[in-house]
Amino acid sequence: MTGRNKWISLGVLALLIALLPLFFPSGYYYRVGALIFVNALSVVGLVILIGYAGQISLGHAGFAGIGAYACALAPEHLGLHPALALVLGAVVSGVMAALIGKPILRLKGYYLAVATLGFGILVSMVLTNERGLTGGPDGMNVADLGLRSLLRDMGWRLSGGEFWYMVCGVVLLVGAWLALNLFDSPSGRAMRALHGSEVAAATVGVDVPRQKLRAFVISAVYASVAGSLLALQNGYITPDVAGFMHSVEMVTMAVLGGVGSVLGATFGAAILTLLPQVLTVFAEYEQLVLGLVMVLVMIFLPQGLLPSIARRLKGRDE
Amino acid sequence: MDALLQFLFSGLTVGAVYALVALGFTIIYNASDVVNFAQGEFVMLGGMITVFAFEAGLPLPLAAVVAILITSAIGVALNKLAIEPARGAPVVSLIIITIGASIVIRGATQLVFDKQLHRFPSFSGDDPIHVLGATILPQSLWVIGGALAVFVGLWIFFTLTLTGKAVLATANNRVAAQLVGINTGWVMTLSFGLSAAIGAFAGVLVTPITLVGYDVGVALALKGFAAAMLGGMGNPKGALVGGLLLGCFEALTAGYLSSQYKEAVAFIVILGVLFVMPQGLFGSKSTERV
Repeated sequence: MTGRNKWISLGVLALLIALLPLFFPSGYYYRVGALIFVNALSVVGLVILIGYAGQISLGHAGFAGIGAYACALAPEHLGLHPALALVLGAVVSGVMAALIGKPILRLKGYYLAVATLGFGILVSMVLTNERGLTGGPDGMNVADLGLRSLLRDMGWRLSGGEFWYMVCGVVLLVGAWLALNLFDSPSGRAMRALHGSEVAAATVGVDVPRQKLRAFVISAVYASVAGSLLALQNGYITPDVAGFMHSVEMVTMAVLGGVGSVLGATFGAAILTLLPQVLTVFAEYEQLVLGLVMVLVMIFLPQGLLPSIARRLKGRDE
Repeated sequence: MDALLQFLFSGLTVGAVYALVALGFTIIYNASDVVNFAQGEFVMLGGMITVFAFEAGLPLPLAAVVAILITSAIGVALNKLAIEPARGAPVVSLIIITIGASIVIRGATQLVFDKQLHRFPSFSGDDPIHVLGATILPQSLWVIGGALAVFVGLWIFFTLTLTGKAVLATANNRVAAQLVGINTGWVMTLSFGLSAAIGAFAGVLVTPITLVGYDVGVALALKGFAAAMLGGMGNPKGALVGGLLLGCFEALTAGYLSSQYKEAVAFIVILGVLFVMPQGLFGSKSTERV
């Protein structure tokens, strides 16, 4: 991706975030939009791991869980401001990823999948079982960020939906910008070399384990921040945020949109976030349709939706 | 001592189910290099279809046969409709395809049947058998015996029959197998049918003990996968031993440490094994050479 493409991607994303509210018929859509941005943020993290470095994780919801519960627990027990709790969660996730990543990332393919999956399950199990601390399966309340009342004091009145739409949109933009910068950096190029062939990358002097670990840690921090934003936004959190299905959803969003591109990942996140909202009308068919979408896209559009569509459009132009 | 024996009995019972799921994984993995995350759904289907066929008035053995046949057909359909069209796709795509398929099967089951938990009567009564101060349910013996029977049956199939040898040849080297005239496409179909049948059989055996509902497959698939990995992916003996070991780990943890964290310990053990010997207990020691 050249420098120009980077700014095009960011520009498109910024325009979408800024202009979409013009088409919102009700406040409810701000909530859905914010949810899309949160999901897209963790998926951008997975693009770094899967798309750049070529490693899979089926346990990234574990990091989202750490971020979410940091925002729930730290203000209550440590007296931290929720914003600092978000940072704390990100640090804990990053350190955790560094610690478990070292041994885990030696594994490949299905073995790596099951090892990361095991990590995610352990996190969600702790969150579910430590009732005294986390409220168990019922979940717990999350403190208010306080930023909205601050804005109100400054004379800027926003509804909860509008406020979170803005915050999540801005964080997503920053996350996308960082990811795109990484893509062009020497470190990013080294990561992308892994995707082609780890052996080839090693022969040209790439420190393979180090780059894998770096991608793993960065993507864990993305997932953690996304988890924190979700918790703060809802004001409430349950262990589902760290569940296996959430990990699967994240990977599906990444692969659905096209794992190589930040814009595609956002697109994938948007579709899979919108789908259940649309399908609530046909609640019984929700799982069936979700599964079918996963299977069909993987078979017929293996590059992901956005790249496939882009290629088809280009093909028609020429 | 009595307590230990009691824990081992329950461990071997669930372990036998994990072993059957792991055997299913192994067969498909060998034939196609695909780890089929819908394997747990085969177990669920075996139990669910038997329940509803039985409640519709079929005698239990016939209901079980119907369930195994229908599940095999679904396994074959999975291969034809989702796996074969995606031939050569990267591992991530295959993982998502089979997870997607498992969600489809779960969603369809919930539509066709319901969301309740079900059971049917044990095969030979519910009077516990006393062994050395511990007790074991007759149905547990069915489960353990069933797993062993399947293992022996598979061993005979793979070593003594031409078809079985064709499967082994395909597993070993797909292109070479094709060159000597083996229809590898058919081998894959057979493998999916066979592993679905084994999964459904496990579901039939265990439903009287653990109950069945549309969503019991996820946990089973994860445990079966872990068991297969513990034993060494692709190795039937490893699947059997890995499953039984995993079941015993879980039961002992639940008994002596914490019932809430029994599954955690299972995963920790597996992670430990993967770090020390990534090929699993019985995996081939071959290293990737470049």
